[in-house]
Amino acid sequence: MRADLELIKDWVEPGKRVLDLCCGDGELMHYLQAEKKTTGYGLEIGPENITECIRKGVNVIEKDIEEGLASIKDNTFDTVIMTQAIQIMMRPDEIVDEMLRIGKECIVTFPNFGHWRARGYLAFRGKMPVSKFLPYTWYNTPNTHFCTFKDFERLCVERNIYIMERTVVDNEHQHRWWIHLWPNMLGEIAIYRITK
Amino acid sequence: MPDVIPDDSVGIVEPQKIEFSEPLKLQCGRTLEQYHLMVETYGELNENCSNAVLICHALSGNHHVAGYHSMEDKKPGWWDSAIGPGKAIDTNKFFVIGLNNLGGCHGSSGPNQINPETGKPYGPDFPIVTVNDWVESQARLADYFGIEQFAAIIGGSLGGMQALQWSINYPDRLRHCMVIAAAPKLSAQNIAFNEVARQAISQDSQFYNGHYYEKDEVPKVGLMLARMLGHITYLSDDGMRNKFGRELRSGQISYDFTPQFEIESYLRYQGERFSTAFDANTYLLMTKALDYFDPAADADGNLSGILEKAKAKFMVISFTTDWRFSPERSQEIVDALVEADRQVSYAEIEAAHGHDAFLIPIPRYLDVFSAYMQQVEADTKAVFFGGNA
Repeated sequence: MRADLELIKDWVEPGKRVLDLCCGDGELMHYLQAEKKTTGYGLEIGPENITECIRKGVNVIEKDIEEGLASIKDNTFDTVIMTQAIQIMMRPDEIVDEMLRIGKECIVTFPNFGHWRARGYLAFRGKMPVSKFLPYTWYNTPNTHFCTFKDFERLCVERNIYIMERTVVDNEHQHRWWIHLWPNMLGEIAIYRITK
Repeated sequence: MPDVIPDDSVGIVEPQKIEFSEPLKLQCGRTLEQYHLMVETYGELNENCSNAVLICHALSGNHHVAGYHSMEDKKPGWWDSAIGPGKAIDTNKFFVIGLNNLGGCHGSSGPNQINPETGKPYGPDFPIVTVNDWVESQARLADYFGIEQFAAIIGGSLGGMQALQWSINYPDRLRHCMVIAAAPKLSAQNIAFNEVARQAISQDSQFYNGHYYEKDEVPKVGLMLARMLGHITYLSDDGMRNKFGRELRSGQISYDFTPQFEIESYLRYQGERFSTAFDANTYLLMTKALDYFDPAADADGNLSGILEKAKAKFMVISFTTDWRFSPERSQEIVDALVEADRQVSYAEIEAAHGHDAFLIPIPRYLDVFSAYMQQVEADTKAVFFGGNA
C-alpha cells in the first residue's frame, strides 16, 4: 500500500461516504471499503485503472474532473479525497472549491515544490528540477501547477478554508522529526485535511 | 456456417416454448389471458439457483442470444461475442436465459402468433406492451425456473432499459444490473425517428392496417425504410465515413437514381434482409415500448427518487460515438444513482461504431464486462456459501 494512503486512512471515519478523485487503480477505496466499511466512488479517466477498480469491486465512475463536478450535489459526500493530483489540474483552486462544495471535508495530498532539493536544483543548476520523485521535464510534465506548502496554505487563508490537520512526510512517506522543524524546506509530500 | 463449433461457443442450442396460463394484466389496461415465451438457456443452474443471468433484448433482438441452431446457421446468436465458455458472461459459471419478449415475432406471444380466442393471428389487436409488462413477464419466467434472485440482469439499448426497470420494480430479485448504451427515457428526437419508422410501415399499401397476414402480404417497403432509417441512427458519422466514405460501387457516377454510393446499397441490403425476417406489427410495438419507457414518470420525473428503491449494484456502459443513446444519457442514469446513494460503476468506451458498438467485441468493452462479471461471480459465491451455512 502506498504510504500516503496509509496516512490518509486514519482521517476517514468508519462507515462514511467517500469520493476519491483520480482514484487510480482503486487501492485506497478498496482499503477503505474493507477496513472502514466506507461507501462511495472513485472517479478516474485511465481505462486500465477503471478496469482494475471494477475487478477489485471498487465503484468507479469514468469522469474527467477537469470538465467539472457540477452534476454532483452539495454535501453529497462525507469526505472527498484527492491524492497527488491537484498539481496536474488546470485550476487547482476551483477544484478545491468544488471538493469543499460536494464534500463536508476534504483530504488533499501533493508534492512540495518548496523542498530543498527542488530549490537547490533550480538555484544551482538553473534548470527545472528533475528527480526520481519528480521525473518529468518542463515540456512534458503533467504537473502544470506545482506549489509549495506555503502557497497552498495561502490559498486556504484567501478562500476561508479551515485546515483541520496537516502532516508532512518525506518521499517515502515517513514522518521524520526534523521535517517539522522547517516543513516547507524539508517535507516532500503534504497531506492536508480541510473543511469550510 | 461453422465447420467446427468454436471452443468458446455454447454450441448447438435449442429454443423452448414456455406456456403461462395465469392472466397477465398489462399497463395499457388490457389483460393477456394466456401467453407463451420462447426461451433459450445456456450453462447450468446451480443448486440454490443463485447463478442465473437474464439477458434482455433490444428492439430487433430475440431469445437466440448465443450459439447455433444448426451447423447450417450462417451466424451465431446476436450476443455470441459476450456469452459462452470463458467469455465475459461465462457459461461455465452462469446459467444464462435469453427470451423473446411479449409482442416479439420470433415465437413468443405477439402479433404474428395465433390468438387462442379467435384462432387467427393477433395482428394489430395484440395489446400494446411496455417495459413494465416485459419485466412482469420475465419475473414469471424466473418463477418458472425457480429463480428468486438473479445474479445479474443485463441488457443493451432497450434491453438496458428493461434491466433498469427491473431494479426498480423488483429490487430484491437481482444483485447486479448492467445497463449498456441505454437512456433513462427517450428524447423528442428519438421519438421522432421512431414515428417516421412507424409511418413508413403503416403507410405501406401492403400493410392493410396490420391485417396483412390474411392477405398473405408483407409491408416490405415500409419495413425496409424503417430499418434503413434505424440503421443510420445505429451507426456514427465517423463509422460510416470509415466504412463507406463516398465510395462508388462501379467506380463512376452514372447520373441516375440507381444506388451508386456504397452506403446506399448497404442500407438497401440491410433493409431488405430485415423486411423478410421481422414482423411489421412487432416493429410498431417495440418502438412504442421505447417511446413510453420513463421509469421516473411515477415519481414526478425524479429519477434519483425512484432509483432509491433499487438495491442492486449497477454497471453502466456507454460508447463515445453513440448518438442514439449518447454517453450523456448514460451519465444521467449514473448521476441519478449517485444522488440516490446506490452502488454504481460507469465506463465510457471509445468506439467508432455508434450505437451498434454494444454488440461489437471491442477489447476495452470486453475487459470491463469481464471484470464486472468477476464481481458478479464473487457475489454469487458469497450467496451460495451463505445459503449453505
